[in-house]
Amino acid sequence: MRRSLRSGVNHTVASSVSLVMVIPIYLVVVNSLKTDAQARSMGAGVPTEMRWDNYDRVIEEGRLARTFVNSMIYTVFGTVLCLLLATTAAFVLARRHTRLNRLLYLFLVIGIAMPVNYVTLMKVMQWTHLVNTQLGMVILYAAFKLPFAVFVIYAFLHTVPIEIDEAAILDGCAPRQLFWRIMVPLLRPAWITVGILTFLDLWSEFIMPLYFLSSSDKWPMTLAVYNFFGIYESSWNLVSADVVLTILPVLVVFVFGQRYIKSGMTVGAVKG
Amino acid sequence: MQLRRKRASATARSYPTYFASGAIVLHLVFIVIPSVMGFYYALTNWSRFSSDIEFVGLDNYRSVFDSGSAMLQAVKNTLVFTGVTIVTKTVIGLMLALLVSRGIRRFSTLHRIVIYLPAVLPMIIVGIVFKSILHPSTGILNGFLDAVGLDFLTERWLTDTGLALYSIAAVDTWKGVGFIMLLFLAGLESIPREYYEAARIDGATALDELRHITIPLLMPVLTVVTVLNLLYGLKIFDSVWVLTNGGPGYATETVNTIVFKEFARGHYAVSAALSTVLFVVMTTAGLFLIRAMHRQIDDA
Repeated sequence: MRRSLRSGVNHTVASSVSLVMVIPIYLVVVNSLKTDAQARSMGAGVPTEMRWDNYDRVIEEGRLARTFVNSMIYTVFGTVLCLLLATTAAFVLARRHTRLNRLLYLFLVIGIAMPVNYVTLMKVMQWTHLVNTQLGMVILYAAFKLPFAVFVIYAFLHTVPIEIDEAAILDGCAPRQLFWRIMVPLLRPAWITVGILTFLDLWSEFIMPLYFLSSSDKWPMTLAVYNFFGIYESSWNLVSADVVLTILPVLVVFVFGQRYIKSGMTVGAVKG
Repeated sequence: MQLRRKRASATARSYPTYFASGAIVLHLVFIVIPSVMGFYYALTNWSRFSSDIEFVGLDNYRSVFDSGSAMLQAVKNTLVFTGVTIVTKTVIGLMLALLVSRGIRRFSTLHRIVIYLPAVLPMIIVGIVFKSILHPSTGILNGFLDAVGLDFLTERWLTDTGLALYSIAAVDTWKGVGFIMLLFLAGLESIPREYYEAARIDGATALDELRHITIPLLMPVLTVVTVLNLLYGLKIFDSVWVLTNGGPGYATETVNTIVFKEFARGHYAVSAALSTVLFVVMTTAGLFLIRAMHRQIDDA
Protein backbone atom coordinates (compact mmCIF):
# COMPACT_ATOMS: atom_id res chain seq x y z
CA MET A 1 0.00 0.00 0.00
CA ARG A 2 2.66 2.49 1.01
CA ARG A 3 4.66 1.39 -1.95
CA SER A 4 1.92 2.09 -4.46
CA LEU A 5 1.25 5.48 -2.88
CA ARG A 6 4.89 6.39 -3.26
CA SER A 7 4.98 5.28 -6.86
CA GLY A 8 1.84 7.31 -7.52
CA VAL A 9 3.51 10.41 -6.11
CA ASN A 10 6.63 9.76 -8.19
CA HIS A 11 4.64 9.40 -11.39
CA THR A 12 2.75 12.60 -10.63
CA VAL A 13 5.97 14.52 -10.03
CA ALA A 14 7.57 13.16 -13.20
CA SER A 15 4.50 14.03 -15.23
CA SER A 16 4.36 17.55 -13.79
CA VAL A 17 8.02 18.14 -14.64
CA SER A 18 7.48 16.87 -18.17
CA LEU A 19 4.44 19.12 -18.47
CA VAL A 20 6.49 22.17 -17.44
CA MET A 21 9.03 21.24 -20.11
CA VAL A 22 6.49 21.10 -22.95
CA ILE A 23 4.18 24.00 -21.98
CA PRO A 24 6.29 26.67 -23.74
CA ILE A 25 6.31 24.66 -26.96
CA TYR A 26 2.57 24.12 -26.68
CA LEU A 27 2.12 27.86 -26.13
CA VAL A 28 3.93 28.91 -29.29
CA VAL A 29 2.14 26.30 -31.39
CA VAL A 30 -1.38 27.34 -30.33
CA ASN A 31 -0.64 31.05 -30.42
CA SER A 32 0.90 30.83 -33.87
CA LEU A 33 -2.58 29.94 -35.16
CA LYS A 34 -4.54 32.69 -33.39
CA THR A 35 -5.61 36.13 -34.52
CA ASP A 36 -3.62 39.15 -33.46
CA ALA A 37 -6.13 40.07 -30.74
CA GLN A 38 -6.45 36.52 -29.39
CA ALA A 39 -2.71 36.05 -29.14
CA ARG A 40 -2.15 39.35 -27.34
CA SER A 41 -1.71 37.68 -23.94
CA MET A 42 -0.09 34.52 -25.34
CA GLY A 43 -2.66 32.47 -23.42
CA ALA A 44 -2.94 28.70 -23.27
CA GLY A 45 -6.41 28.51 -24.85
CA VAL A 46 -6.87 26.84 -28.21
CA PRO A 47 -7.53 29.12 -31.21
CA THR A 48 -11.18 29.53 -32.22
CA GLU A 49 -10.31 29.85 -35.89
CA MET A 50 -7.14 28.50 -37.43
CA ARG A 51 -5.13 31.36 -38.89
CA TRP A 52 -2.70 29.45 -41.08
CA ASP A 53 -2.04 32.69 -42.96
CA ASN A 54 0.09 33.84 -40.01
CA TYR A 55 2.72 31.52 -41.40
CA ASP A 56 2.44 33.01 -44.89
CA ARG A 57 2.88 36.48 -43.44
CA VAL A 58 5.89 35.52 -41.34
CA ILE A 59 7.61 33.70 -44.16
CA GLU A 60 7.20 36.78 -46.33
CA GLU A 61 7.78 39.61 -43.83
CA GLY A 62 10.45 37.77 -41.85
CA ARG A 63 12.13 36.68 -45.09
CA LEU A 64 12.28 33.18 -43.68
CA ALA A 65 13.13 31.40 -46.93
CA ARG A 66 16.39 33.34 -47.15
CA THR A 67 17.34 32.91 -43.48
CA PHE A 68 16.40 29.24 -43.53
CA VAL A 69 18.80 28.64 -46.42
CA ASN A 70 21.49 30.62 -44.57
CA SER A 71 21.04 28.58 -41.40
CA MET A 72 21.17 25.38 -43.41
CA ILE A 73 24.39 26.44 -45.16
CA TYR A 74 26.16 27.40 -41.93
CA THR A 75 24.91 24.44 -39.92
CA VAL A 76 25.26 21.64 -42.46
CA PHE A 77 28.58 22.71 -43.96
CA GLY A 78 29.92 23.70 -40.54
CA THR A 79 29.02 20.26 -39.18
CA VAL A 80 30.52 18.40 -42.14
CA LEU A 81 33.74 20.40 -42.07
CA CYS A 82 34.00 19.92 -38.32
CA LEU A 83 33.45 16.16 -38.57
CA LEU A 84 35.98 15.76 -41.36
CA LEU A 85 38.76 17.70 -39.64
CA ALA A 86 38.02 16.22 -36.23
CA THR A 87 38.06 12.65 -37.52
CA THR A 88 41.32 12.93 -39.42
CA ALA A 89 42.94 14.57 -36.39
CA ALA A 90 41.50 12.16 -33.82
CA PHE A 91 42.51 9.21 -36.02
CA VAL A 92 46.24 9.93 -36.01
CA LEU A 93 46.32 11.33 -32.47
CA ALA A 94 44.50 8.33 -30.97
CA ARG A 95 46.47 5.72 -32.87
CA ARG A 96 49.99 7.01 -32.44
CA HIS A 97 50.94 7.98 -28.90
CA THR A 98 53.98 10.16 -29.27
CA ARG A 99 54.76 13.05 -26.99
CA LEU A 100 53.93 15.52 -29.74
CA ASN A 101 50.60 13.85 -30.46
CA ARG A 102 49.58 13.92 -26.81
CA LEU A 103 50.39 17.60 -26.73
CA LEU A 104 48.44 18.29 -29.93
CA TYR A 105 45.46 16.40 -28.54
CA LEU A 106 45.54 18.44 -25.34
CA PHE A 107 45.93 21.63 -27.37
CA LEU A 108 42.75 20.82 -29.31
CA VAL A 109 40.68 19.50 -26.45
CA ILE A 110 41.35 22.36 -24.04
CA GLY A 111 39.30 24.33 -26.57
CA ILE A 112 36.18 22.81 -24.98
CA ALA A 113 36.70 25.24 -22.12
CA MET A 114 38.14 28.21 -23.99
CA PRO A 115 35.86 31.18 -24.45
CA VAL A 116 36.10 33.01 -27.75
CA ASN A 117 37.66 36.47 -27.68
CA TYR A 118 35.24 38.00 -30.18
CA VAL A 119 36.94 41.39 -30.39
CA THR A 120 40.37 40.12 -31.39
CA LEU A 121 38.74 37.42 -33.48
CA MET A 122 37.26 40.32 -35.47
CA LYS A 123 40.80 41.37 -36.34
CA VAL A 124 41.67 37.85 -37.50
CA MET A 125 38.46 37.76 -39.55
CA GLN A 126 39.44 41.05 -41.19
CA TRP A 127 42.95 39.82 -42.01
CA THR A 128 41.55 36.67 -43.57
CA HIS A 129 38.78 38.66 -45.36
CA LEU A 130 36.12 36.49 -43.77
CA VAL A 131 34.09 39.17 -41.98
CA ASN A 132 30.49 39.23 -43.13
CA THR A 133 30.92 36.27 -45.48
CA GLN A 134 29.10 32.94 -45.53
CA LEU A 135 32.35 31.06 -45.90
CA GLY A 136 33.60 32.81 -42.76
CA MET A 137 30.57 31.61 -40.81
CA VAL A 138 31.03 28.01 -41.94
CA ILE A 139 34.70 28.07 -40.91
CA LEU A 140 33.96 29.70 -37.55
CA TYR A 141 31.15 27.26 -36.79
CA ALA A 142 33.43 24.32 -37.58
CA ALA A 143 36.36 25.72 -35.57
CA PHE A 144 34.05 26.41 -32.65
CA LYS A 145 32.85 22.79 -32.32
CA LEU A 146 36.11 21.06 -33.24
CA PRO A 147 37.40 20.43 -29.70
CA PHE A 148 34.26 18.58 -28.62
CA ALA A 149 34.17 16.52 -31.82
CA VAL A 150 37.86 15.57 -31.49
CA PHE A 151 37.25 14.59 -27.88
CA VAL A 152 34.33 12.25 -28.61
CA ILE A 153 35.81 10.65 -31.73
CA TYR A 154 39.16 10.17 -29.97
CA ALA A 155 37.39 8.38 -27.11
CA PHE A 156 35.39 6.29 -29.57
CA LEU A 157 38.55 5.23 -31.43
CA HIS A 158 39.85 3.67 -28.23
CA THR A 159 36.99 1.17 -28.45
CA VAL A 160 38.04 0.13 -31.98
CA PRO A 161 40.67 -2.63 -31.68
CA ILE A 162 44.06 -1.66 -33.09
CA GLU A 163 44.33 -5.18 -34.58
CA ILE A 164 41.94 -4.07 -37.31
CA ASP A 165 44.45 -1.40 -38.35
CA GLU A 166 47.35 -3.82 -38.08
CA ALA A 167 45.66 -6.37 -40.33
CA ALA A 168 44.93 -3.67 -42.91
CA ILE A 169 48.49 -2.35 -42.75
CA LEU A 170 49.90 -5.85 -43.21
CA ASP A 171 47.72 -6.18 -46.29
CA GLY A 172 49.48 -3.11 -47.62
CA CYS A 173 46.89 -0.43 -46.83
CA ALA A 174 48.20 3.13 -47.34
CA PRO A 175 47.28 5.75 -44.70
CA ARG A 176 44.55 7.33 -46.81
CA GLN A 177 43.00 3.97 -47.65
CA LEU A 178 43.20 2.92 -44.03
CA PHE A 179 41.35 6.09 -43.10
CA TRP A 180 38.65 6.13 -45.77
CA ARG A 181 38.05 2.41 -46.32
CA ILE A 182 38.50 1.07 -42.79
CA MET A 183 38.08 3.86 -40.24
CA VAL A 184 35.28 5.92 -41.74
CA PRO A 185 32.81 3.00 -41.94
CA LEU A 186 33.75 1.90 -38.41
CA LEU A 187 33.30 5.41 -37.09
CA ARG A 188 29.77 5.76 -38.41
CA PRO A 189 28.07 5.57 -35.00
CA ALA A 190 30.38 8.26 -33.63
CA TRP A 191 29.79 10.43 -36.69
CA ILE A 192 26.03 10.19 -36.34
CA THR A 193 26.13 11.16 -32.67
CA VAL A 194 28.63 13.98 -33.02
CA GLY A 195 26.92 15.13 -36.20
CA ILE A 196 23.53 15.39 -34.50
CA LEU A 197 24.89 17.17 -31.42
CA THR A 198 26.92 19.58 -33.55
CA PHE A 199 23.97 20.30 -35.83
CA LEU A 200 21.70 21.06 -32.87
CA ASP A 201 24.28 23.35 -31.24
CA LEU A 202 25.15 25.22 -34.40
CA TRP A 203 21.52 25.76 -35.39
CA SER A 204 21.11 27.61 -32.07
CA GLU A 205 24.21 29.75 -32.50
CA PHE A 206 23.47 33.43 -32.02
CA ILE A 207 26.54 35.25 -30.83
CA MET A 208 28.88 34.52 -33.79
CA PRO A 209 26.53 35.93 -36.43
CA LEU A 210 25.72 38.83 -34.09
CA TYR A 211 29.38 39.87 -34.13
CA PHE A 212 30.45 38.91 -37.63
CA LEU A 213 27.48 39.27 -39.98
CA SER A 214 26.42 42.86 -40.61
CA SER A 215 24.22 42.32 -43.67
CA SER A 216 20.78 41.01 -42.82
CA ASP A 217 20.52 38.91 -45.99
CA LYS A 218 23.23 36.64 -44.54
CA TRP A 219 21.61 36.20 -41.14
CA PRO A 220 20.71 32.76 -39.83
CA MET A 221 17.22 32.12 -38.44
CA THR A 222 18.18 32.81 -34.81
CA LEU A 223 19.34 36.34 -35.55
CA ALA A 224 16.40 36.95 -37.87
CA VAL A 225 13.82 35.78 -35.34
CA TYR A 226 15.39 37.98 -32.66
CA ASN A 227 15.19 40.95 -34.99
CA PHE A 228 11.63 40.08 -36.02
CA PHE A 229 10.68 39.91 -32.34
CA GLY A 230 12.08 43.42 -31.87
CA ILE A 231 9.85 44.80 -34.64
CA TYR A 232 6.64 42.80 -34.01
CA GLU A 233 6.92 42.57 -30.25
CA SER A 234 3.19 42.83 -29.62
CA SER A 235 2.08 40.51 -32.43
CA TRP A 236 2.58 37.29 -30.53
CA ASN A 237 0.80 35.25 -33.18
CA LEU A 238 3.42 36.24 -35.78
CA VAL A 239 6.33 35.91 -33.36
CA SER A 240 5.05 32.46 -32.40
CA ALA A 241 4.78 31.36 -36.02
CA ASP A 242 8.34 32.54 -36.59
CA VAL A 243 9.49 30.65 -33.50
CA VAL A 244 7.73 27.46 -34.60
CA LEU A 245 9.40 27.58 -38.01
CA THR A 246 12.81 28.25 -36.44
CA ILE A 247 12.63 25.28 -34.07
CA LEU A 248 11.03 22.90 -36.58
CA PRO A 249 14.37 21.65 -38.02
CA VAL A 250 15.72 21.21 -34.48
CA LEU A 251 12.68 19.19 -33.44
CA VAL A 252 12.87 16.98 -36.54
CA VAL A 253 16.54 16.22 -35.95
CA PHE A 254 15.87 15.67 -32.25
CA VAL A 255 12.98 13.26 -32.77
CA PHE A 256 14.88 11.15 -35.27
CA GLY A 257 18.22 11.46 -33.52
CA GLN A 258 17.38 11.31 -29.82
CA ARG A 259 18.37 7.67 -29.50
CA TYR A 260 21.90 8.56 -30.64
CA ILE A 261 22.24 11.54 -28.34
CA LYS A 262 22.59 9.69 -25.09
CA SER A 263 25.32 7.41 -26.32
CA GLY A 264 27.30 10.44 -27.47
CA MET A 265 26.73 12.15 -24.18
CA THR A 266 28.00 9.24 -22.18
CA VAL A 267 31.07 8.89 -24.33
CA GLY A 268 31.50 12.62 -24.62
CA ALA A 269 31.01 13.92 -21.17
CA VAL A 270 31.06 11.20 -18.58
CA LYS A 271 32.92 8.16 -19.72
CA GLY A 272 35.54 10.35 -21.40
CA MET B 1 63.01 -4.67 -28.70
CA GLN B 2 63.75 -4.70 -32.37
CA LEU B 3 60.23 -5.80 -33.09
CA ARG B 4 58.87 -2.91 -31.13
CA ARG B 5 61.01 -0.43 -33.03
CA LYS B 6 59.87 -1.89 -36.31
CA ARG B 7 56.32 -1.61 -35.20
CA ALA B 8 56.83 2.04 -34.17
CA SER B 9 58.13 3.00 -37.57
CA ALA B 10 55.20 1.22 -39.21
CA THR B 11 52.75 3.21 -37.10
CA ALA B 12 54.59 6.42 -37.96
CA ARG B 13 53.99 5.72 -41.64
CA SER B 14 50.38 4.66 -41.18
CA TYR B 15 49.36 7.61 -39.07
CA PRO B 16 50.94 10.70 -40.62
CA THR B 17 50.74 13.68 -38.31
CA TYR B 18 49.75 16.00 -41.16
CA PHE B 19 46.27 14.41 -40.98
CA ALA B 20 45.77 16.54 -37.87
CA SER B 21 46.91 19.77 -39.49
CA GLY B 22 43.49 20.96 -40.67
CA ALA B 23 42.03 20.84 -37.17
CA ILE B 24 45.16 22.33 -35.62
CA VAL B 25 45.26 25.26 -38.05
CA LEU B 26 41.58 26.13 -37.65
CA HIS B 27 41.76 25.90 -33.89
CA LEU B 28 44.96 27.91 -33.77
CA VAL B 29 43.90 30.71 -36.11
CA PHE B 30 40.31 31.27 -34.97
CA ILE B 31 40.35 30.39 -31.28
CA VAL B 32 43.85 30.37 -29.80
CA ILE B 33 45.49 33.29 -31.62
CA PRO B 34 42.63 35.72 -30.88
CA SER B 35 42.82 34.74 -27.21
CA VAL B 36 46.57 35.31 -27.11
CA MET B 37 46.19 38.63 -28.93
CA GLY B 38 43.74 39.59 -26.20
CA PHE B 39 46.53 39.67 -23.62
CA TYR B 40 48.30 42.36 -25.64
CA TYR B 41 45.30 44.46 -26.68
CA ALA B 42 43.96 44.43 -23.12
CA LEU B 43 46.91 46.64 -22.21
CA THR B 44 46.36 49.19 -24.99
CA ASN B 45 43.91 51.95 -25.82
CA TRP B 46 42.72 50.18 -28.99
CA SER B 47 39.40 51.68 -30.07
CA ARG B 48 37.38 52.71 -33.08
CA PHE B 49 38.26 56.34 -32.44
CA SER B 50 42.05 56.38 -32.52
CA SER B 51 44.06 55.12 -35.44
CA ASP B 52 47.26 54.45 -33.48
CA ILE B 53 47.38 51.99 -30.65
CA GLU B 54 49.24 52.98 -27.48
CA PHE B 55 50.27 50.98 -24.46
CA VAL B 56 48.29 52.06 -21.39
CA GLY B 57 49.20 49.37 -18.87
CA LEU B 58 46.43 48.21 -16.60
CA ASP B 59 44.10 51.18 -17.18
CA ASN B 60 41.41 49.01 -18.73
CA TYR B 61 41.37 46.73 -15.71
CA ARG B 62 41.32 49.70 -13.35
CA SER B 63 38.15 50.96 -15.01
CA VAL B 64 36.58 47.55 -14.49
CA PHE B 65 37.08 47.76 -10.76
CA ASP B 66 35.95 51.37 -10.37
CA SER B 67 33.23 51.08 -7.80
CA GLY B 68 29.75 51.63 -9.15
CA SER B 69 30.76 50.83 -12.68
CA ALA B 70 28.57 48.64 -14.85
CA MET B 71 31.50 46.30 -15.28
CA LEU B 72 32.01 45.57 -11.62
CA GLN B 73 28.29 44.90 -11.36
CA ALA B 74 28.54 42.62 -14.40
CA VAL B 75 31.35 40.59 -12.84
CA LYS B 76 29.32 40.19 -9.65
CA ASN B 77 26.20 39.23 -11.57
CA THR B 78 28.09 36.65 -13.60
CA LEU B 79 29.44 35.05 -10.42
CA VAL B 80 26.01 35.03 -8.77
CA PHE B 81 24.38 33.61 -11.90
CA THR B 82 27.05 30.93 -12.19
CA GLY B 83 26.81 29.96 -8.52
CA VAL B 84 23.03 29.81 -8.55
CA THR B 85 22.79 27.76 -11.74
CA ILE B 86 25.50 25.33 -10.62
CA VAL B 87 23.42 24.58 -7.52
CA THR B 88 19.99 24.46 -9.16
CA LYS B 89 21.04 22.40 -12.17
CA THR B 90 23.06 19.94 -10.09
CA VAL B 91 20.45 19.44 -7.37
CA ILE B 92 17.40 19.29 -9.65
CA GLY B 93 19.30 17.32 -12.30
CA LEU B 94 20.30 14.69 -9.76
CA MET B 95 16.80 14.47 -8.31
CA LEU B 96 15.29 14.06 -11.76
CA ALA B 97 17.84 11.39 -12.67
CA LEU B 98 16.98 9.43 -9.52
CA LEU B 99 13.29 9.92 -10.19
CA VAL B 100 13.24 8.68 -13.79
CA SER B 101 15.71 5.84 -13.26
CA ARG B 102 14.55 4.47 -9.91
CA GLY B 103 11.33 6.21 -8.88
CA ILE B 104 9.05 5.31 -11.75
CA ARG B 105 8.38 2.18 -13.72
CA ARG B 106 6.35 3.33 -16.69
CA PHE B 107 7.13 6.01 -19.30
CA SER B 108 10.68 6.43 -18.00
CA THR B 109 12.14 6.85 -21.50
CA LEU B 110 9.41 9.29 -22.50
CA HIS B 111 10.10 11.47 -19.44
CA ARG B 112 13.83 11.44 -20.14
CA ILE B 113 13.27 12.61 -23.70
CA VAL B 114 10.77 15.31 -22.75
CA ILE B 115 12.91 16.67 -19.91
CA TYR B 116 15.93 16.80 -22.20
CA LEU B 117 14.00 18.45 -25.02
CA PRO B 118 14.49 22.12 -23.95
CA ALA B 119 18.26 21.61 -24.06
CA VAL B 120 18.22 21.40 -27.85
CA LEU B 121 16.11 24.53 -28.41
CA PRO B 122 17.95 27.74 -29.29
CA MET B 123 18.34 29.95 -26.19
CA ILE B 124 17.14 32.95 -28.19
CA ILE B 125 13.83 31.20 -28.86
CA VAL B 126 13.49 30.08 -25.25
CA GLY B 127 14.13 33.66 -24.16
CA ILE B 128 11.47 35.10 -26.45
CA VAL B 129 8.86 32.61 -25.22
CA PHE B 130 9.70 33.16 -21.55
CA LYS B 131 9.55 36.90 -22.06
CA SER B 132 5.85 36.40 -22.70
CA ILE B 133 5.38 33.79 -19.96
CA LEU B 134 7.00 36.05 -17.36
CA HIS B 135 5.22 39.23 -18.45
CA PRO B 136 3.86 40.84 -15.25
CA SER B 137 0.32 41.60 -16.46
CA THR B 138 -0.36 39.31 -19.43
CA GLY B 139 2.07 36.43 -18.79
CA ILE B 140 0.69 33.01 -17.97
CA LEU B 141 2.89 32.52 -14.89
CA ASN B 142 1.30 35.37 -12.97
CA GLY B 143 -2.04 34.45 -14.53
CA PHE B 144 -1.69 30.91 -13.20
CA LEU B 145 -0.66 32.12 -9.72
CA ASP B 146 -3.69 34.42 -9.63
CA ALA B 147 -6.02 31.66 -10.74
CA VAL B 148 -4.95 29.22 -8.04
CA GLY B 149 -5.15 31.84 -5.30
CA LEU B 150 -1.40 32.37 -4.91
CA ASP B 151 -1.59 35.96 -6.16
CA PHE B 152 0.75 37.10 -3.37
CA LEU B 153 3.50 35.24 -5.24
CA THR B 154 3.08 37.21 -8.46
CA GLU B 155 6.10 39.30 -9.30
CA ARG B 156 7.55 41.62 -11.92
CA TRP B 157 9.88 38.76 -12.84
CA LEU B 158 12.10 40.48 -15.36
CA THR B 159 11.81 44.14 -14.37
CA ASP B 160 12.35 43.94 -10.62
CA THR B 161 15.97 44.90 -9.96
CA GLY B 162 16.44 42.37 -7.20
CA LEU B 163 14.71 39.51 -8.96
CA ALA B 164 15.54 39.71 -12.67
CA LEU B 165 18.87 37.90 -12.45
CA TYR B 166 17.27 35.00 -10.57
CA SER B 167 14.47 34.80 -13.12
CA ILE B 168 17.08 34.44 -15.87
CA ALA B 169 18.82 31.76 -13.81
CA ALA B 170 15.47 29.95 -13.48
CA VAL B 171 14.85 30.03 -17.23
CA ASP B 172 18.38 28.80 -17.79
CA THR B 173 17.84 25.97 -15.34
CA TRP B 174 14.61 25.02 -17.10
CA LYS B 175 16.53 24.75 -20.36
CA GLY B 176 19.71 23.12 -19.14
CA VAL B 177 18.64 20.72 -16.40
CA GLY B 178 17.74 17.90 -18.81
CA PHE B 179 21.30 17.73 -20.08
CA ILE B 180 22.64 17.50 -16.54
CA MET B 181 20.05 14.81 -15.79
CA LEU B 182 21.37 12.74 -18.71
CA LEU B 183 24.92 12.96 -17.37
CA PHE B 184 23.76 11.78 -13.94
CA LEU B 185 21.73 8.97 -15.53
CA ALA B 186 24.85 7.68 -17.25
CA GLY B 187 26.69 7.83 -13.94
CA LEU B 188 23.89 6.05 -12.07
CA GLU B 189 23.85 3.22 -14.60
CA SER B 190 27.51 2.51 -13.87
CA ILE B 191 26.86 1.84 -10.15
CA PRO B 192 26.54 -1.93 -9.62
CA ARG B 193 23.13 -3.02 -8.35
CA GLU B 194 24.74 -5.38 -5.81
CA TYR B 195 25.81 -2.41 -3.67
CA TYR B 196 22.20 -1.48 -3.11
CA GLU B 197 21.12 -5.06 -2.49
CA ALA B 198 23.85 -5.49 0.11
CA ALA B 199 22.89 -2.22 1.78
CA ARG B 200 19.24 -3.23 1.91
CA ILE B 201 20.13 -6.53 3.57
CA ASP B 202 22.01 -4.48 6.19
CA GLY B 203 18.84 -2.48 6.73
CA ALA B 204 19.91 0.77 5.12
CA THR B 205 17.24 3.40 4.45
CA ALA B 206 16.82 5.20 1.15
CA LEU B 207 18.62 8.21 2.62
CA ASP B 208 21.52 6.01 3.78
CA GLU B 209 21.83 4.62 0.27
CA LEU B 210 21.91 8.11 -1.19
CA ARG B 211 24.50 9.36 1.27
CA HIS B 212 26.77 6.34 1.43
CA ILE B 213 26.49 4.76 -2.02
CA THR B 214 24.98 6.98 -4.69
CA ILE B 215 26.64 10.34 -3.97
CA PRO B 216 30.15 9.02 -3.22
CA LEU B 217 30.12 6.91 -6.37
CA LEU B 218 28.77 9.81 -8.41
CA MET B 219 31.62 12.10 -7.29
CA PRO B 220 33.45 11.96 -10.65
CA VAL B 221 30.23 12.85 -12.51
CA LEU B 222 29.53 15.60 -9.97
CA THR B 223 32.95 17.08 -10.68
CA VAL B 224 32.37 17.05 -14.43
CA VAL B 225 28.87 18.49 -14.04
CA THR B 226 30.09 21.28 -11.77
CA VAL B 227 32.90 22.34 -14.09
CA LEU B 228 30.63 22.18 -17.15
CA ASN B 229 28.05 24.36 -15.40
CA LEU B 230 30.80 26.73 -14.26
CA LEU B 231 32.12 27.10 -17.80
CA TYR B 232 28.62 27.58 -19.15
CA GLY B 233 27.64 30.13 -16.51
CA LEU B 234 30.73 32.32 -16.85
CA LYS B 235 30.13 32.97 -20.54
CA ILE B 236 26.37 33.46 -20.29
CA PHE B 237 25.07 35.82 -22.96
CA ASP B 238 22.08 34.75 -25.08
CA SER B 239 19.52 34.36 -22.31
CA VAL B 240 20.37 37.71 -20.72
CA TRP B 241 20.48 39.45 -24.07
CA VAL B 242 16.97 38.44 -25.06
CA LEU B 243 15.27 38.44 -21.64
CA THR B 244 16.51 41.75 -20.16
CA ASN B 245 19.33 43.09 -22.31
CA GLY B 246 21.26 43.68 -19.10
CA GLY B 247 18.56 45.78 -17.42
CA PRO B 248 16.85 47.09 -15.46
CA GLY B 249 19.78 49.47 -14.97
CA TYR B 250 22.80 47.23 -14.70
CA ALA B 251 20.92 44.62 -12.68
CA THR B 252 21.52 41.74 -15.07
CA GLU B 253 24.60 42.81 -17.03
CA THR B 254 27.09 39.96 -17.33
CA VAL B 255 30.69 39.87 -18.50
CA ASN B 256 29.74 38.89 -22.03
CA THR B 257 26.92 41.42 -22.40
CA ILE B 258 29.39 44.15 -21.41
CA VAL B 259 31.99 42.72 -23.80
CA PHE B 260 29.47 43.04 -26.64
CA LYS B 261 28.26 46.49 -25.61
CA GLU B 262 31.79 47.87 -25.27
CA PHE B 263 32.62 46.33 -28.63
CA ALA B 264 29.57 47.94 -30.22
CA ARG B 265 30.55 51.31 -28.69
CA GLY B 266 34.00 50.95 -30.23
CA HIS B 267 35.88 50.45 -26.94
CA TYR B 268 37.71 47.42 -28.27
CA ALA B 269 40.49 47.31 -25.67
CA VAL B 270 38.03 47.23 -22.75
CA SER B 271 36.20 44.40 -24.45
CA ALA B 272 39.45 42.51 -25.01
CA ALA B 273 40.49 43.05 -21.38
CA LEU B 274 37.30 41.51 -20.01
CA SER B 275 37.46 38.61 -22.46
CA THR B 276 41.01 37.93 -21.36
CA VAL B 277 39.95 37.58 -17.74
CA LEU B 278 37.31 35.07 -18.84
CA PHE B 279 39.93 33.24 -20.87
CA VAL B 280 42.29 32.80 -17.93
CA VAL B 281 39.58 31.62 -15.54
CA MET B 282 37.85 29.28 -17.95
CA THR B 283 40.97 27.70 -19.42
CA THR B 284 42.22 26.95 -15.91
CA ALA B 285 38.88 25.35 -15.08
CA GLY B 286 39.11 23.46 -18.36
CA LEU B 287 42.40 21.85 -17.36
CA PHE B 288 40.70 20.50 -14.24
CA LEU B 289 37.82 19.27 -16.36
CA ILE B 290 40.07 17.36 -18.74
CA ARG B 291 41.91 15.79 -15.84
CA ALA B 292 38.64 14.79 -14.20
CA MET B 293 37.30 13.28 -17.39
CA HIS B 294 40.46 11.34 -18.07
CA ARG B 295 40.55 9.96 -14.59
CA GLN B 296 37.20 8.43 -15.49
CA ILE B 297 38.51 6.83 -18.66
CA ASP B 298 41.37 5.34 -16.70
CA ASP B 299 38.95 4.03 -14.08
CA ALA B 300 36.62 2.54 -16.64
